[in-house]
Amino acid sequence: MQTINLEADGLRSMNAALQGQSTDTNQTSWEIVNPKGSHAIAVGLDAPIEVTVKGSTGYYCAGMNKQATVHINGSAGPGVAENMMSGTVIVDGDASQYAGATGRGGLLVIKGNASSRCGISMKGIDIVVHGNIGHMSAFMAQSGNLVVCGDAGDALGDSIYEARLFVRGSVKSLGADCIEKEMRPEHIEILRDLLEKAGCDAKPEEFKRYGSARQLYNFKIDNAGAY
Amino acid sequence: MKDGKLAAIPRTTPVQSATFTNSVNAEIRRAAATGIYDIRGGGAKRRVPHFEDLLFLGASISRYPLEGYRERCDTRVTLGTRFAKKPIELDIPVTIAGMSFGALSGPAKEALGRGASMAGTSTTTGDGGMTEEERGHSTKLVYQYLPSRYGMNPDDLRRCDAIEVVVGQGAKPGGGGMLLGQKISDRVAEMRNLPKGIDQRSACRHPDWTGPDDLEIKILELREITAWEKPIYIKIGGARPYFDTTLAVKAGADVVVLDGMQGGTAATQDVFIEHVGQPILACIREAVRALQDLGMHREVQLIVSGGIRNGADVAKAMALGADAVAIGTAALIALGDNDPKWESEYQKLGTTTGAYDDWHEGQDPAGITTQDPELMARFDPIEGGRRLNNYLKVMTLEAQTIARACGHNHLHNLEPEDLVALTMEAAAMAKVPLAGTDWYPGKPGF
Ligand SMILES: Cc1cc2nc3c(=O)[nH]c(=O)nc-3n(C[C@H](O)[C@H](O)[C@H](O)COP(=O)(O)O)c2cc1C
Repeated sequence: MQTINLEADGLRSMNAALQGQSTDTNQTSWEIVNPKGSHAIAVGLDAPIEVTVKGSTGYYCAGMNKQATVHINGSAGPGVAENMMSGTVIVDGDASQYAGATGRGGLLVIKGNASSRCGISMKGIDIVVHGNIGHMSAFMAQSGNLVVCGDAGDALGDSIYEARLFVRGSVKSLGADCIEKEMRPEHIEILRDLLEKAGCDAKPEEFKRYGSARQLYNFKIDNAGAY
Repeated sequence: MKDGKLAAIPRTTPVQSATFTNSVNAEIRRAAATGIYDIRGGGAKRRVPHFEDLLFLGASISRYPLEGYRERCDTRVTLGTRFAKKPIELDIPVTIAGMSFGALSGPAKEALGRGASMAGTSTTTGDGGMTEEERGHSTKLVYQYLPSRYGMNPDDLRRCDAIEVVVGQGAKPGGGGMLLGQKISDRVAEMRNLPKGIDQRSACRHPDWTGPDDLEIKILELREITAWEKPIYIKIGGARPYFDTTLAVKAGADVVVLDGMQGGTAATQDVFIEHVGQPILACIREAVRALQDLGMHREVQLIVSGGIRNGADVAKAMALGADAVAIGTAALIALGDNDPKWESEYQKLGTTTGAYDDWHEGQDPAGITTQDPELMARFDPIEGGRRLNNYLKVMTLEAQTIARACGHNHLHNLEPEDLVALTMEAAAMAKVPLAGTDWYPGKPGF
């Protein structure tokens, strides 16, 4: 286990050390102490390492992550795991706005609640939120899965493309072109797998699925009001 | 007799309205028939105050000129000297603006890379991500970071030479993007992670930051991901150049890219292109004033674009305080866009050479703004690159000719004092005297 004291060592040297690890590194386990809500912690990683952040983080923790597992023992500021490519990011506490924004792969697990715009413009990432999510989540979501074990706020999935949304609790309102969809056996399987990976004991059968009505895919004058 | 008298009464000749012109009326009829606004490519087509409203004074008894062909007039420019560990060095101050793969074909992007590299300048990706063609053929490639984040990934961030955070574009400050279904080929769809054939909208705001304080943190993240090596540009449309430049510098930009309303777009509503944003002439001095007020002029470089066509435009933009310019439309024309040799095909599309702007429809006879394999095959990227290189060389020679005539041994030494304006409007915007006077509207002390 390598320990980095962020307060003493500074952001640049911490990120440089983590980014410097190669795919076959044998220094696989890292701990970051004194994060103190700093921004851009553990961004741009590209090695199968495990990084534990002992505390809460500011903006964009684990941004653009590839391969690494980043575990935040606290809450995360805006844009946690933004544009993640692969790997896993786990937030023990809550996540602020735009969690997993534009993520292209990997798994983001939020054990608490996530704020507004969770999964905005997501492009393939899987996001599992144990608690609730805020308004405008999955706005323009392109692909991937967003699983919400609690409730969803207003305008869920507005202008959604092909992402799948699974919500166990209530949905305050659906956004433009987002509808409830049939839960088919293949969806139950996807959900079961994600819940298991995210350490969540909810049952897939308790969820409803939402997705695109595909009415806004090509401009139609009758839909002008929805634009 | 009676009939003859009647025929002799003079008649009012038919008068066309200056307000309801034939083209205005045609647009009303088109709107009435379809129920949708007009979408097109290109920039503002209306006449706005522009660089041709300025003139250089040249040398005289009080200034002596440099000898053409013998005395050197340097053109090199370094971009990104503020924070980046690896600033970009260019041989000429004319860069190629960001134009998306998707709007342009792969071979067209390749040609832009080839031409720019031969001329010693940079080219820029666009909405839709980085293609191998352009990375492979561009010695200096600027990678755009756009609201849509199509294709965005850390590997491309690390293999680019600079990052351009796009906040706005001159053709549509405050607008997002649009790529109509016809142009979403398999390859474009895959790069953007979207189904084939759908109309693809790009958001107008970034998904994970709002406002200058967030932007500062976003830039910190981008710098951390790329080890503080890459210059970070911020591109803004010509909306509020003084404040936007100030905020871009505050947020940590190495370079500000400022695009006026004449700047091209791949596809935007005509009403947006023609009615939102300011001409580039009105923006440059305000952006420079912001940089000067912050003590950052020349420390943070300014690239301007929007209707740059020749070396005179380059020289004028630089005299007003820009460090470099960017070209979009002119580069496409150099590659062969709107070429008269395709006139019969333009006619079939209901348009004519010089007016063809339905780039979003993907039927470009010149094979540049299309994803149709047959049309694309008409365009030769090697020949295109050669033509672009020639054109960039000519622009540079022209700008040097002017700079020498004004007695400057570097294009950067051109200054507002070298210029006068032909119209009151241009004088007010460029803050240079109306020709024959020592006055411009708004000049302090008058
Ligand atoms: C076909 C085309 C595609 C464009 N795509 C983008 C883009 O993806 N991102 C962007 O910031 N600007 C885009 N632009 C705008 C250019 O980067 C640039 O601001 C503009 O073309 C400069 O003005 P000019 O065309 O008069 O030279 C595009 C312009 C054109 C003509």
